[in-house]
Amino acid sequence: MQALHQKAKELLESGKVQVIIGYGDGSGDRVRPVFISKAESASDLIWDDRCRQNLAVYLNKPEIKKLGVPAIVATPVVVKTIIQLISENQLKSSNIVVLVVDNDVVSELTDNASLEAYSAGHPVVFPPFVVKEIKDIAEMSIQQRNKYWQDELSRCFKCYACRAACPLCYCERCLTDNNQPQWVCVASHAQGNFEWHINRAMHLAGRCVECGSCTIACPVGIPIGLLTIEASRIVKQEFGQEPGLHCDADSAMSSFKVEDTETFIK
Amino acid sequence: MENNFEPKIVAFVCNWCTYAGADLTGTSRIKYATNVRIIRFPCTGRIDYNLLLKAFAQGADGVIVSGCHPNDCHYTSGNFHARRRWIVFKQMMEYMGIDMRRVKFSWVSAAEGAKWADIVNTTVNEIRELGPSQEYLEMSRQGVA
Repeated sequence: MQALHQKAKELLESGKVQVIIGYGDGSGDRVRPVFISKAESASDLIWDDRCRQNLAVYLNKPEIKKLGVPAIVATPVVVKTIIQLISENQLKSSNIVVLVVDNDVVSELTDNASLEAYSAGHPVVFPPFVVKEIKDIAEMSIQQRNKYWQDELSRCFKCYACRAACPLCYCERCLTDNNQPQWVCVASHAQGNFEWHINRAMHLAGRCVECGSCTIACPVGIPIGLLTIEASRIVKQEFGQEPGLHCDADSAMSSFKVEDTETFIK
Repeated sequence: MENNFEPKIVAFVCNWCTYAGADLTGTSRIKYATNVRIIRFPCTGRIDYNLLLKAFAQGADGVIVSGCHPNDCHYTSGNFHARRRWIVFKQMMEYMGIDMRRVKFSWVSAAEGAKWADIVNTTVNEIRELGPSQEYLEMSRQGVA
């Protein structure tokens, strides 16, 4: 952590960046996002295994952009998110400084090539309980899956915390806010909940970098991350495309190959 | 009761191939099931999966989605984009436990009037076997938790 404090202090003092987006002390035992713009506050930064929220969600917020050039304390999955955002033309690596911490050594990633190299060297590893959930659902029959998701989604009350927590859900106007036509029923109704979650999964298909921020953010504990993980799994299986690896990658769902194959279109 | 069940089928078709194909079915005097309501779109690329969800929410028992064969799209690539979307959508719906046997995807060109009649007839027979659509309507009927 010492190295991180030192690096943050240097960056702010040199004027290379104006704000550090990182993790700081939160309520209880938790950490929360902090935005540090004074060099003397650099020691507020925390780095340990509680740091799981995806901070890349803040990079494109107007309030944060106003603060100046940011440096972001990045976990491997945040690096993936940043690469995905670059490939979608939402960010430029020249406008941010990405700080990665490995064994108390802090390195700066400042160009596409170094981000890609870091991402390739740090594949996403799911925690054991997620691996178990994925396996359990894969073994269910279609009726069991229907019941499973109906039960889980019945708790959803459409707070859209999943949307707010996701760094890739950045549309300024969301389909679910549209009321003419109303694609997604606004009440926390079984049909509306289903529509919202399938839309979220479809819109993140081939883009979800599997950071798990949506599941952490869900106040009623629905494992919604599984839906976007599945969507990305389908895209990888069918089209061989994986998000968060290449800054110049095509978006899987807005491109195509003539040789894409399926068996169900007669 | 079972025997009297006449499924409601909504067909989302593209203007340039399947709609013209369905026209040909008519002008060729080929008879086919009357259960289908055809909705014309400019291109399969325009057919949003939310439209399919809405069809089921409003009581459709089955849905047909049809357009130009690959490489025949009037707009060059609309059906290729649609194909990717359906590949993901179908598996995603099945992951969430929705029976996708009620949705039929097909390519019907403007010259395939007989194929269109065949697709409608097969779909109607299959949906008749499956019975009225329940899963989705069940969701609509549930109150707010």
